[in-house]
Amino acid sequence: MTLSIAAIALGILALVFGLVLGYASIRFKVEGDPLVDQIDDVLPQTQCGQCGFPGCRPYAESIANGDEINKCPPGGEATIKKLADLMGVEAKPLDAAHGEEDVKKVAYIREDECIGCTKCIQACPVDAILGAAKHMHTVITSECTGCDLCVDPCPVDCIDMLPTEETTSSWKWNFTSSPKGDIPIKMVS
Amino acid sequence: MKYPSFDNIINNLSAGKLHSFPGGVHPDDKKSLSNTTAIAKCPLPKQLIVPVKQHVGIDGAICVSVGDHVLKGQALTHSNAAFSVPVHAPSSGHVSAIVPHVVAHPSGLTEMCIVIDTDGRDTWCDLSPMMDYSHRNKSELLEVLCKSGISGMGGAGFPSHIKAAPSKPIEFLIINGVECEPYITSDDRLMREHAWQIRQGLDILSHIIEPKAIVVAIEDNKPEALQALTIACQDKPEYRVVSVETKYPAGGEKQLIQVITGREVPRSGLPSDIGVTMFNVGTCFAIADAVLHGKPLIERVVTLTGEAIDNPGNYQVLLGTPVNHLLATGGYLADKQTTPKIVMGGPMMGFTLADAAIPVVKTTNCLLVPSNNELRDDSAERACIRCSACSDACPANLLPQQLYWHAKAQEYDKTEEYDLFDCIECGACAYVCPSEIPLVHYYRQAKSEIRSQKDEKDKAEKAKLRFEARKERLQREKEEREEKHRKAKEARLTAKAAPSPSSQSDNVSGQGNSTAKDKVAAALARAKAKKAAVQEDSSDGSSAPVASEDDKKAKVAAAIARAKAKKAVAQAQSNQEQVPPPQNSMNTEDDKKAKIAAAIARAKAKKAATQEQTSVEDNDTKQARIAAAVAKAKAKRAEQQSNTVVENAQGKTEEVDASIVNAAPKDEKQARIAAAVAKAKARRNAVVEQPIKETEEASFAASDNIDPSEEKKRRIAAAVAKAKAKKAAANKESQ
Repeated sequence: MTLSIAAIALGILALVFGLVLGYASIRFKVEGDPLVDQIDDVLPQTQCGQCGFPGCRPYAESIANGDEINKCPPGGEATIKKLADLMGVEAKPLDAAHGEEDVKKVAYIREDECIGCTKCIQACPVDAILGAAKHMHTVITSECTGCDLCVDPCPVDCIDMLPTEETTSSWKWNFTSSPKGDIPIKMVS
Repeated sequence: MKYPSFDNIINNLSAGKLHSFPGGVHPDDKKSLSNTTAIAKCPLPKQLIVPVKQHVGIDGAICVSVGDHVLKGQALTHSNAAFSVPVHAPSSGHVSAIVPHVVAHPSGLTEMCIVIDTDGRDTWCDLSPMMDYSHRNKSELLEVLCKSGISGMGGAGFPSHIKAAPSKPIEFLIINGVECEPYITSDDRLMREHAWQIRQGLDILSHIIEPKAIVVAIEDNKPEALQALTIACQDKPEYRVVSVETKYPAGGEKQLIQVITGREVPRSGLPSDIGVTMFNVGTCFAIADAVLHGKPLIERVVTLTGEAIDNPGNYQVLLGTPVNHLLATGGYLADKQTTPKIVMGGPMMGFTLADAAIPVVKTTNCLLVPSNNELRDDSAERACIRCSACSDACPANLLPQQLYWHAKAQEYDKTEEYDLFDCIECGACAYVCPSEIPLVHYYRQAKSEIRSQKDEKDKAEKAKLRFEARKERLQREKEEREEKHRKAKEARLTAKAAPSPSSQSDNVSGQGNSTAKDKVAAALARAKAKKAAVQEDSSDGSSAPVASEDDKKAKVAAAIARAKAKKAVAQAQSNQEQVPPPQNSMNTEDDKKAKIAAAIARAKAKKAATQEQTSVEDNDTKQARIAAAVAKAKAKRAEQQSNTVVENAQGKTEEVDASIVNAAPKDEKQARIAAAVAKAKARRNAVVEQPIKETEEASFAASDNIDPSEEKKRRIAAAVAKAKAKKAAANKESQ
């Protein structure tokens, strides 16, 4: 008798919890995978495809499914470190097969050489090249992610990837590399 | 947190009770080096280098060009955004260059500068003083402030017209004459010598801002300045001139507000959030100059001091004056320095200049040229002993040693947790550090690193949005294309299903074939069928023009022809004529000729095709279309004649033969023009006369009408036409 009461009680409890959980899974359903979004936020969004995926988000999805985290040369060590923290895995050196970490660059079109073929416009993942067929093209440098994808399609090789110029607004204090701009605190004694 | 009420503060001020801020240090102020002599005028330099941007915000648009002659006070840029103020020519002369030049920034990087070769005459431009400012409205005065290029002269360089137009009601207008940093005495001397003008500036500001109370704060180590301003403000009891305790950094905006009112500026807020706004005495002086004298901000008082200067003191310097010119004026003692070192700003917060050609700007209040013994240059940074002297000295109540640890370890998120961005970089912590750690260096480095990371993050976010927008656009375009194709296919199918007039019946055969050749053939057939229908019905000999020379005429004719053809097609459902594909005739004909005609016809054909025959469009590949167009053009020509033959021209073949031998090698172009003319006329006749008229007759009729000088050509044309017709007829028969 007691046995059956216990079984019934447990059964009812199981049913109730099952219903609660079932309801919760519908009510609090999470759209998409938040992990992918988190990984995507860490990635540099150059959309360069050096990782072998067509854009940053596909790579983020792949990482979420267990891919290596060291395939992103534009992000470099900093991104790998952040991804390792996020994924709870060991940070690895950058996979050389996907490229080297480089200084930030921006594409420039040598405009007098441009023939207006629009091939680079089609290649640009962020629509940062402006122009029309048979008219000169130019790069909106503030939108350029430096992904290199426009360089290869150019039939006349008129696109240069130049390192971004440092301006007074982008400049960073760095006292280890040079004493430039050093402040004379402690000079007054 | 306590937040003293207005009345409370006023009572305290009346009782002479002030608040205090935490921390602070008392460095040796060394002000007597430079504050004993009157402000001297710095002689006019040969060249003035005016940076386009001398304030916080956006640089204005340059409105002069190289070679222009500019007058003293003339605007060189104009303000084109809220946070932009113009710069003005500090003296008259010629603009010799507009180039990037190293500017007053710790990086030693270049920014755009306007270089003026002075002519020595120092001629002012027309000034428009506004003596009756008290009757003017605020916006007018704010515009004057903006146009005069006034920005904060205490150090930050915030545009004054923004600050003077706060979005919130202001209780306290505080005039900052504290000047707490060692060595600097420019405000001190300015207050002593120009107290009245500062008072005038204060009057203007109070007119614009309408504060409930006005406080002039002066540190108690400047008794002369305090006295001068007290006298200047004595007729207005509501202007309270108060003496504040000497303690570095009492001159910091947040610190001074705390001293005067006891209120603290919220972390990411502005002083106006707590009902306070603050202006430097130098800014008041410049505002008075701008409003009462109409003079834009083109000069300022700069303290030139340090033991390596022969005549330390304050100088009235034109903005844009290179530092080395000022040094030469003050007497630079090179032997007192082993390596040249000039500090812009004070010893606590200034920065070492990278180049002596850097120009003086609106925020330059001091140039410190220390001798070797004056500084202890050995950067013997030792380990932190956790003595916490720095946190005792911090005026912002931060934990400098924690910030130091995290900044050093590059744990930037942690530094933000410890409120790194509340640090005002006053240097008090580094001043008291027994281990001589340059703490502020670490904070500045960490701050700029965090800022650049934020910038990168923003940029990545933007790139992501653009990438996604692009992806979406490509997807949309693809769908649109597919939709278009689907619709075209449907149209084709319905056309197939419909009862078949000649053109549609031809379509069927055209669709059936899949090779390119077949398509061409089909297109030709269709074109012909259509033309046949047209001609059969109206028999007016209309066709696309073949003339390559007389384009205009031809076009007109063609347009009329097309319109008629369309009508005719609509009517001529029953007229079905089997038309042979004219490949043979085409091949035998002069290809070049045909192509020229085709090129002209193509444009028209394309236009017409959309209206006349959708199926042509359906052969979607480019080549197919071009082929179709070419074919159509050719077909039209061949067609027209073939029809005539089919109907009635059989008997004339011999005659035609004979004439074509003569005519063809001759001037074909002319012949074709003539033919076109003839056709046009024939058509006209046809319209007038009865509809069933033979083309041959038409051309003959036309030849009668045309003036005799062209008769020969016309004949030739007719002959050519007949020849073609014959060939076409032959083809037809063979089929």
